[in-house]
Amino acid sequence: MTGGMTPAERAAVTMGFEEPDRVPLFLLFTIYGAKELGLSIREYFSKPEYVAAGQMRLYRKFGGDCLNPFCYAASEVEAWGGEVIFSDNGPPNAGRPPIREPGEIESIEVPLVEESPSLLFGLRTIELLKREVGDDVPIMGSVISPFSLPILQMGFAAYIELLYSEPDLFRTLMKKNEEFCVRWANAQLEAGATAIGYADPLASPDMTPRDLYRRTGFVVAKRTISRIGGAVATSLASARALPIIDDVAATGSVGIGVSTFDDLAAVKRQCAGRLTILGNLNAIEMCRWTPAQAEAEVKKAIAAAGPGGGFVLSDNHGEIPWQVPESVLLAISAAVRKWGRYPLDRVFI
Amino acid sequence: MRSDFPVLPDGGASLPSPAGDLKEALLAVDPVRAGRILGDACAASSPVSCIEALVVPVLEEIGRDWEEGQVALSQVYMSGRICEEIVNTMLPPGSPGRISQPKMAIAVLEDHHTLGKRILLAVLRSGGYEVTDYGSGVTVDGLVERVIRDGIEILLISTLMLPAALRAKEAIARIKEALPETRVIVGGAPFRFDPHLWREAGADAVGHSASDTLATVRAMAGGL
Repeated sequence: MTGGMTPAERAAVTMGFEEPDRVPLFLLFTIYGAKELGLSIREYFSKPEYVAAGQMRLYRKFGGDCLNPFCYAASEVEAWGGEVIFSDNGPPNAGRPPIREPGEIESIEVPLVEESPSLLFGLRTIELLKREVGDDVPIMGSVISPFSLPILQMGFAAYIELLYSEPDLFRTLMKKNEEFCVRWANAQLEAGATAIGYADPLASPDMTPRDLYRRTGFVVAKRTISRIGGAVATSLASARALPIIDDVAATGSVGIGVSTFDDLAAVKRQCAGRLTILGNLNAIEMCRWTPAQAEAEVKKAIAAAGPGGGFVLSDNHGEIPWQVPESVLLAISAAVRKWGRYPLDRVFI
Repeated sequence: MRSDFPVLPDGGASLPSPAGDLKEALLAVDPVRAGRILGDACAASSPVSCIEALVVPVLEEIGRDWEEGQVALSQVYMSGRICEEIVNTMLPPGSPGRISQPKMAIAVLEDHHTLGKRILLAVLRSGGYEVTDYGSGVTVDGLVERVIRDGIEILLISTLMLPAALRAKEAIARIKEALPETRVIVGGAPFRFDPHLWREAGADAVGHSASDTLATVRAMAGGL
């Protein structure tokens, strides 16, 4: 195929496991838009108009192939009554968890999207972006999986202990979280999101033994994803994915975000024809890359996973840190245009 | 605490019994079995030598297995918690057998995600160490003030996100200015993803897992 594809066409072709004009590039900006607009992070996240404007500017400046209305993970737990802590140079973070004691799981109410300001903010951002780009640029909605959300709802340690020792409360929490997740995902699709990123770091064997995951988070994912009315791509938020590729494919997900610690070529072989890979540039190391290193990393990733389509170049976590220099992002964008054009023969030189 | 979702044991065969048995029980999240194994194995020795000979090597191996992708973080956490509880009964906090020198403290810098700290505390306490817990959401100013006030000799800083890891640099510089002999070990995701970051932060060491941090603490404690 030749050039001239829209970002949406490019993404659709690669997700069909065919080669588009070039490898799509998903630069997943969140707080970086504040920098672009010269606003503090807190101010940036005070109006959906700012986030939409930031996304559009970054899209034009760095030439990515998607828009990312996602603001910060804590916005979901905010809907459940959690607090958000803002930082000057990093993503807003979840504060103390809203569920202080496991017993509160029984009484906690599932928030309604239409009554949750932090979620309405996200929907409005999606609507604004949709008005700007129509169907030409994918707009990535996102949810935290019901299985992983309790890390923020009750704290990681307390949740692990619940998972191992309180099966009834675990099931109750999953039931509530599934309801919330499905409503939130479908509301984003209705607002104009093209697809949903399903953040499920706890699914990784780095976090949960596969045997336990198969009987818990996997079942939850399968049930939840089947009720989401659009394409879903699972992200393990920089945790390793390779050992559970088959499981993720069986959840109904059509894509998977993989770790910089994953062997990308092995992931590609395992995913072939089933899951589109998103990844796996190291966004933390990226902060100190030179443009030449950025080009080398792009080339390496494309060589490993680009052939045959089914690959979107992205970072491995789903967020470009504030500290990454613009020169590196421009180098990534240039490199994907230089080395990511199909056919990819030059990559193997 | 036994799981209602039974977990298959992973790789418990590399240590000789009873260490292998203990590892298997910990990875299966079976505190009753783990307690029985430790009780039987330690009947003829002192708690301190039993901890040194059995608990510490097993937790170190579980930590190494996590670094190699053989076990999950949830198993590391639960293993540490089980051992911490058992060791607390064998060697209660404040007992003379505890290792109270050098003075150690741990803090989660500017974050409320405490899993890393909880794992580390459990492993260090399972190793017989007394560690002061400064808690989570600790600011740079608050950390510096407490470390100086308490005369901490080994400080463990846990982080989750990049900004906190970068802020550790300021905390470490101020602590070392006031207490040049204090050793600082940093840990957390940003340091795993960028292997150069700990040196940039001015730390003396980085802990990629609780077990390698335990080994670092033991080496540092020997030199202080």
